[in-house]
Amino acid sequence: MNDDLLLGGEKFSSRLIMGTGGAPSLDVLEQALAASGTELTTVAMRRLDPSARGSVLDVLSRRGIKVLPNTAGCFTSGEAVLTARLAREALETNWVKLEVISDERTLLPDPIETFDAAERLVADGFVVLPYIGDDPALARRMEQAGCAAVMPLGAPIGSGLGIRNPHNIELIVESANVPVILDAGIGTASDAALAMELGCDAVLLATAVTRAHRPDLMAQAMRSAVVAGRLARSAGRIPRRRYAEASSPMVP
Amino acid sequence: MNVTINGAAHELPPGATVTQAVQRLTEIRSGVAVAVNDEVVSRGAWDSTPLAEADRVEVLTAVQGG
Repeated sequence: MNDDLLLGGEKFSSRLIMGTGGAPSLDVLEQALAASGTELTTVAMRRLDPSARGSVLDVLSRRGIKVLPNTAGCFTSGEAVLTARLAREALETNWVKLEVISDERTLLPDPIETFDAAERLVADGFVVLPYIGDDPALARRMEQAGCAAVMPLGAPIGSGLGIRNPHNIELIVESANVPVILDAGIGTASDAALAMELGCDAVLLATAVTRAHRPDLMAQAMRSAVVAGRLARSAGRIPRRRYAEASSPMVP
Repeated sequence: MNVTINGAAHELPPGATVTQAVQRLTEIRSGVAVAVNDEVVSRGAWDSTPLAEADRVEVLTAVQGG
């Protein structure tokens, strides 16, 4: 069964998008990315360090993974737009994971700055994938602004708290006409499966894998969880009942 | 001519271009982007874009993150 993810006019057979933050080394990262089966992976843009050895870009190109630059670390729309333009220049892609945070402690996305940056980047020809709160009204506005997807959080970045408001994620999924990608908060495989069961089109995660005791094993677990959750969603779960319903014929 | 490259003070010959500023950090041109005073300078324009006294040059590349 062909069940490709259609995102920004491109097809992906994997619905697991990976981040690269938190890995102890490029070797560990490469093994984890390979185990995850991901076809799209985010990187950050930072000042070039002449003493750095090896590059995350080499890892992605060796593995045939599409690079998705992000605007991590930006606090204002202006910073995010400049970072996206620099990324487009450096990496020759007009795709951007738009991330504008409000403060260092929670790393929660700033909806006003994010929306402003999204409008400017869409007008500048970018494929904009915005990281947002789990707010159905904001998700709709982001879609109307021309974003190629919406990426609501499950919980704060790196928290591993899972999906704190599954009801809101369902509401976002119900009304979205662009892919919904659950971004941030995933702690373990069941969280990723739940995101897909709720109807998300893909999951984006990093820390849960890169800071796991065995990143390669957790990457494999996430890969399976996303597939399992997607299959369960497509299959249609049974209704919840308050009492038992016998699955064997009753004794006459 | 004194300019700032990635936050550090550098002295470049008068009329130096963006290319010479980048070469202070790296010989590699791919995977790198430059902004001068918060404006992106495309790679094709590095050789022909002269810097001015007190310009702020940012040289960025992709790293692990996010």
